[in-house]
Amino acid sequence: MTPHPAPETGPILGKLSLEALPLHEPILVVTFIGVVLGGIAVLGLITKFRLWGYLWKEWFTTVDHKRIGIMYMILGLIMFLRGFADAIMMRIQQAMAFGGSEGYLTPHHYDQVFTAHGVIMIFFVAMPFITGLMNYVVPLQIGARDVSFPFLNNFSFWMTTSGAVLTMISLFVGEYAQTGWLAYPPLSGISYSPNVGVDYYIWGLQIAGIGTTLSGINLIVTILKLRAPGMGLMKMPVFTWTSICANILIVASFPILTATLVLLTLDRYVGTNFFTNDLGGSPMMYVNLIWIWGHPEVYILVLPLFGVFSEVTSTFSGKRLFGYTSMVYATICITILSYLVWLHHFFTMGSGASVNSFFGITTMVISIPTGAKLFNWLFTMYRGRIRFELPMMWTVAFMLTFVIGGMTGVLLAVPPADFVLHNSLFLIAHFHNVIIGGVLFGLFAAINYWWPKAFGYKLDVFWGKVSFWCWVVGFWVAFTPLYILGLMGVTRRMRVFDDPSLQIWFVIAGIGALIVAAGIGAMLIQFGVSIWRRKELRDTTGGDPWDGRTLEWATSSPPPDYNFAFTPVIHDLDAWYDMKKRGHQRPTGGYRDIHMPSNTGTGIILSGFCLVMGFALVWHIWWLVALSFVATIVGAIYHTFNYKRDFDIPAATVTAVEEARTRQLAAGA
Amino acid sequence: MSAKTMTADAPVQFYDLDEHPHPEGHSTMLGFWIYLMSDCLIFAILFACYAVLGGSYAAGPAPKDLFDLKLIALNTAMLLFSSITYGFAVLQMQQGEVKGVQIWLAITGLFGLAFLGIELYEFHHLIEIGATPQRSAFLSSFFTLVGTHGLHVTFGIVWLVTLMFQLSKHGLIAANKRRVMCLSMFWHFLDVVWIGVFTFVYLMGVLR
Repeated sequence: MTPHPAPETGPILGKLSLEALPLHEPILVVTFIGVVLGGIAVLGLITKFRLWGYLWKEWFTTVDHKRIGIMYMILGLIMFLRGFADAIMMRIQQAMAFGGSEGYLTPHHYDQVFTAHGVIMIFFVAMPFITGLMNYVVPLQIGARDVSFPFLNNFSFWMTTSGAVLTMISLFVGEYAQTGWLAYPPLSGISYSPNVGVDYYIWGLQIAGIGTTLSGINLIVTILKLRAPGMGLMKMPVFTWTSICANILIVASFPILTATLVLLTLDRYVGTNFFTNDLGGSPMMYVNLIWIWGHPEVYILVLPLFGVFSEVTSTFSGKRLFGYTSMVYATICITILSYLVWLHHFFTMGSGASVNSFFGITTMVISIPTGAKLFNWLFTMYRGRIRFELPMMWTVAFMLTFVIGGMTGVLLAVPPADFVLHNSLFLIAHFHNVIIGGVLFGLFAAINYWWPKAFGYKLDVFWGKVSFWCWVVGFWVAFTPLYILGLMGVTRRMRVFDDPSLQIWFVIAGIGALIVAAGIGAMLIQFGVSIWRRKELRDTTGGDPWDGRTLEWATSSPPPDYNFAFTPVIHDLDAWYDMKKRGHQRPTGGYRDIHMPSNTGTGIILSGFCLVMGFALVWHIWWLVALSFVATIVGAIYHTFNYKRDFDIPAATVTAVEEARTRQLAAGA
Repeated sequence: MSAKTMTADAPVQFYDLDEHPHPEGHSTMLGFWIYLMSDCLIFAILFACYAVLGGSYAAGPAPKDLFDLKLIALNTAMLLFSSITYGFAVLQMQQGEVKGVQIWLAITGLFGLAFLGIELYEFHHLIEIGATPQRSAFLSSFFTLVGTHGLHVTFGIVWLVTLMFQLSKHGLIAANKRRVMCLSMFWHFLDVVWIGVFTFVYLMGVLR
């Protein structure tokens, strides 16, 4: 069912007309007014405090991996609030829609909400968060001054942002896909989704996907080429190890997503028959391809956080990580195995017992290296002097939550069981259990852990604990009912229910979502309070508030533009701990010029062109497609004629910065 | 490990006090290689699609009815020659002959254009006789695989022209040499992909 027929295509505006504005949806109109007022307020404040020049010069055009990392985190946080709003809407709808009630969302709206929730949470929340984290931390951990391709880094960020912006535009201009987050054909084909929703989905992901692939290449090369002298591969911090594996997965899987979406695009725009029901097309081909990307994607998200847990456990237990080597090999095993399990997402396709057994077994095998990791963390804590700071609390919560999520995953890996549980709320509970319990808890651990590094002061503990308890309790209250409902056979993506006996579970789940909302609120308050009280919370240790073990704690907080005045030389794993233990002397003179990349506006400008092109493609505004395409190509070529992309930070500046730090260290000691 | 390399009383050096910046572009080659591998995956997916859907003719034309091997042989020759001439351009670069590089790049570009011209002629012919990309899943995957390769060659030519301008402006400086090498990898990569297309799509298609 489509709410209105596909509009005519005009020469100037393509399919775009006033009807594209969802004026008949009061929820969207109110949201739109809120966004406009909020937007005007933010823009007004920026103008009032004359921040445009500062933002442009210091942030938007920056090639500094630290600032780009922070911008990624801000993007992830903003999109998280949007994705969570979608979640709350679904919970309320499902708690209401019983006994003949239709709830408050129309089918057309509800289907967009669950699609947008999934897409946004994976592509525009989890991905920016982990990319931001890797961007910020990896160069510092390996003793580098920046990434290998700093301009590309800036460009990647803005491409990701453009994809997010295009996805957000769909909220107010036209509609979003109503297909579920992976847009399976034939539903996502032109016959069943004739309007622009799927096109927004496709182009938003394509633009962001380019950014993700490029940033993956960038970080692999950075880790391979820019490690400090002495840091062999087996002396890299575990977070760096998990990052390189995650980035290898990105480079080896995102092109598959790109190609698959191109084929879907051709089906929709040109009328080819890859995934159609007619003329030889095969919809299941799409499902296979998208999961060949999709399953590695799961590990792209969680592997870096496994690294975070390793760093946090070792730091807050005051011990070297137990089983470093096995941790590295477990990570590599997971990286490889993640390519051999994709079919477990659709055992019900009917590929037969042998194929299903193979994929069932490979899926179960993945739990072995993951289990090894868990034991390593536990043994690291064993007989350690554990400090239950916030990052450590999140880590323990992760261990307890993730183990259960992992076990329900192994249940789903059994093909006969999967035939019962496929597409049920049990599956929904399972993957939220591992993504929230693994990825989000890990991110919160990471934010609490590295915030002092990025800003020079710790996060407020009280509000951090409020947030922690609300999140952990709220998560279980929200998702345990879904496990139960799933076992009873309730399928996902339902808008209304007939059986009134189920309602209580949805009401409980809704209460859980509200507790989580309180956790998010507490976290925002935590950030606000910490910024407000930053003088009291200041880190007085000169950059090493947690008694850290890896190199990022060897420099000041926040680190200078060039990260390290002198590149550290590495002799052992946990290089900074080794330096402290053996009484290293920080050099206080003899500074030299430091060669650094210059800022450039090319990244944001090219991404802007791509955003316009994406919008024009969605609405079939062909002249604008041509114009923005030519602009992108010409802009990119123009950029290649710029040969002077570096500058030197003069030794005098370095000396001034480092002497200030020397005084700060002396005052703290 | 570290203990082996030092005696007990020798001071351990924890900072590189005599540091030199990394030479400009020192990791470009590795980065470009990794990019090429990611591009290779896109072709892998298109090949996989062709392998799965290439037999779905939907009662339409099959490879035997469509492919003219003589034309394809000519086309293949154009692309293979262009790889050789690109090799000559690189040899000239190693001898520091800017002019020679330019000439061989121009010849490479002309071979590339000839390749594209023949491909467009072939596509035009197929569409004219009703073998359009919309006709069957086989033709969808055929046009997409071969067309994606053609698009890559087109971008290669745009890049090549840009590079010739940059060479005439700045000569054989380090940055330009690096760019010549990157385009070289890109160009030979397309050649390798074409050999796959030639074998799996055209030769085996006619045998089938």
